[in-house]
Amino acid sequence: MKLTLHIWRQRNAGEKGRMVRYDVPDVNPEMSFLEMLDVLNEGLIARGEEPVAFDHDCREGICGMCGFMINGIAHGPRRGTTVCQLHMRSFKDGDVLYLEPWRARAFPIVKDLVVNRGAFDRIIAAGGFITAPTGGAPDGNSILVPKPAADLAMDAAACIGCGACVAMCPNAAAALFTGAKIMHLGVLPQGQPERYGRATAMVAQANYEQFGSCTNIGECEAVCPKEIRLEVIARMNRDFLKAAVSAR
Amino acid sequence: MELDAKIPAGPIETLWDRHKFDLKLVNPANKRKYRIIVVGSGLAGGSTAATLGELGYQVDCFCFQDSPRRAHSIAAQGGINAAKNYHGDGDSIYRLFYDTVKGGDFRAREANVYRLAQISVDIIDQCVAQGVPFAREYGGLLDNRSFGGAQVSRTFYARGQTGQQLLLGAYQALERQIAAGQVKMHSRAEMLDLVVVDGRARGIVTRDLVTGAIESHVADAVVLGTGGYGNVYYLSTNAKGCNTTAIWRAYKKGALFANPCFTQIHPTCIPVTGNYQSKLTLMSESLRNDGRIWVPLRKGDHRPPASIPEAERDYFLERKYPSFGNLVPRDVASRNVKAVCDEGRGVGESGLGVYLDFQSALERLGKPVIQERYGNLFDMYERITGEDPYQAPMRIYPAIHYTMGGLWVDYNLMSTIPGLYVIGEANFSDHGANRLGASALMQGLADGYFILPYTIGDYLATTRLPKIDASHTAFRESETQVACNTKRLLEIQGTRSVDSFHRDLGKLVWEYCGMARTAEGLQHALAKIPELREQFWREVKVPGTGGELNQSLEKAGRVGDFFELAELMCLDALERNESCGGHFREEYQTPEGEALRNDAEYSYAAAWQYRGEGQPPAMLKEPLQFDYVHPSQRSYK
Repeated sequence: MKLTLHIWRQRNAGEKGRMVRYDVPDVNPEMSFLEMLDVLNEGLIARGEEPVAFDHDCREGICGMCGFMINGIAHGPRRGTTVCQLHMRSFKDGDVLYLEPWRARAFPIVKDLVVNRGAFDRIIAAGGFITAPTGGAPDGNSILVPKPAADLAMDAAACIGCGACVAMCPNAAAALFTGAKIMHLGVLPQGQPERYGRATAMVAQANYEQFGSCTNIGECEAVCPKEIRLEVIARMNRDFLKAAVSAR
Repeated sequence: MELDAKIPAGPIETLWDRHKFDLKLVNPANKRKYRIIVVGSGLAGGSTAATLGELGYQVDCFCFQDSPRRAHSIAAQGGINAAKNYHGDGDSIYRLFYDTVKGGDFRAREANVYRLAQISVDIIDQCVAQGVPFAREYGGLLDNRSFGGAQVSRTFYARGQTGQQLLLGAYQALERQIAAGQVKMHSRAEMLDLVVVDGRARGIVTRDLVTGAIESHVADAVVLGTGGYGNVYYLSTNAKGCNTTAIWRAYKKGALFANPCFTQIHPTCIPVTGNYQSKLTLMSESLRNDGRIWVPLRKGDHRPPASIPEAERDYFLERKYPSFGNLVPRDVASRNVKAVCDEGRGVGESGLGVYLDFQSALERLGKPVIQERYGNLFDMYERITGEDPYQAPMRIYPAIHYTMGGLWVDYNLMSTIPGLYVIGEANFSDHGANRLGASALMQGLADGYFILPYTIGDYLATTRLPKIDASHTAFRESETQVACNTKRLLEIQGTRSVDSFHRDLGKLVWEYCGMARTAEGLQHALAKIPELREQFWREVKVPGTGGELNQSLEKAGRVGDFFELAELMCLDALERNESCGGHFREEYQTPEGEALRNDAEYSYAAAWQYRGEGQPPAMLKEPLQFDYVHPSQRSYK
């Protein structure tokens, strides 16, 4: 099949970017989306042009490195799928696709489709952990975790930190990402001692990084490749509120 | 050079405890005076950077991805072994030790493996305390499953994402240390050289992948946790960025490279569909519990699977191994799949695939049960291939998955360069010639959380390190060398892309140093690889400049190293005139076609020493002694 791509090209953070049109003939429907871009890039290199830069690593949908907008949808049209696991059979001959990087003030563009998601790391550094220095842990079975709590924690912990939630949110809020970690640690007994301080610190850091505020639109949930639910935001708000009113 | 593994003497159960006591300590107030570089942020690198930070050292941690959370440990699905014996099913530290030595086909060091088994229990405790959401029983206790043919249930898991959850645990601990100022994180930075001063590892030279700046980093010790080299085959289950560059450049600075030919092939991966293919996806080994593997009895039978009657199918694993059937170990399953495809009985467009059929399981158990057991895997298969495995059998083919070889380290995990430590998949130490399922995560975390933080202290406490900075000539020379190499790659301006060379190299290594090897094939590869390498250095085209984000340039540097490593792998495979674990030499097999070890002559780790460009490397032997687990023939009949 044949595709027309319009791809955001930007040399670096300082320069202005623009959409550039590329025609891709001979797209095999069995290819993944990134393999289609590999083929495009091979052609560009052969013609002496610079290939399109995009982030990717595991290509199994778990590392969270890949991601861009396809026709305005983060990770493209298929639900619960990262762009590396999206295959060309989801498109049809003659499709016109617009590829853009994540757009958010907190994610400055590095080059083409590559952005800097360091703000996510700093949100985790602000409190997204349980203080448990190596070596002092009691026996694993001395901490009983009810199965429903373990399952809820796992649902939230499945977040891969790709940034699609931010990119899709009209406010560029990081609520789904932040909430997922707050919920993961907040429903486990091990996470209780730091629970409220954690919520306060992580939300403050997200604000500091200039992510927007959540207005419960739900676009984040719709595009999350790990299908993290909006519930994590409700739980984050509950913990944050409780922390705010009970702070000493 | 003499190889001294520094294994303490005495009964194996007491070695590590006594050794820990004998190791010298660094006074808490002095720890902050030491700077340690950790390259890699996966289970091994991330956990050790966090732990060293907690202890009070100043740590610089490097990763080439945009965040330490992306490291490829994240992709491990199955689980992590620990000898907790929570199920009272007869597991013990000794049994885990025994299974690992035997599974490694008697090519691992007993003392290291015993320590690994001992520490396995502490890992689970540590991870639970960090909030890793392991699967639980209804009463709240930790759940276990049996995995990879083990006879006990010792595998702890977090759905099909155990690697991800363990890595996030280490990553969160690391971020805590970054916030505390103990660790400085350098993301999108790639180590391009190791700097050795007066015979000791004193730092690294990196390239900032965004700005292109070549930078020197000085330290008192360097730790490499940079993973395996499976991407030498181009197509593998490794992440695209996985590479050998850090350990290879350390090898060229004097660290010995051990057992490079020990590579592991995983039997159940989704087959290749076209030459645009960029990577292979693993389907969990657990599928073999209920799936039956078969090919048509007749060569060139291209009928759709449903119209091939039962009598014209060959369930070859069940036929050859009646007692283990479809559950034979990874190496045995992989070799047999290759054999039937080589006979021309493979399925799918390429002929490189066999059926993994759930028809009889669906009839026996019903769709809901299969859905509950394997639903997510069936979905993943459907997403990638567009075929519904509930209707038609899956097609699978083996793929490279893990590399047991790596830099040689002693019992303290120190390489042959004093001050250079190597941990996780990057070293060679614990898995011998074959790794058992759910053991990679265990080793990464054992090295990172519980071994290196002790042993490195002893080195720092007992070594006088003169104060140096980045103006030292050794750093200057390294920087120049790295800059020259970059410039050279950019100036070739040939006609072929880096990937096209990588793909050709991969095919060559897969063909001659993959699942089955022969002396003749290896010699052929040893003649071909240098030709292709020279062509690469003549004809590769790297667009763009060195002063910006340039993914082609990154790849070019890595592929350049893969070329050299591939040659060493073939040399090592040629030198080892026996079959063991993942290394199968066709000349050395039993009449039934099983791997035939030669313990009398090859019971050693082959450690290779670089002797300069154009010079053949020298091989040093570390003899392996088996005082506890006595070598025997593995049989799965």
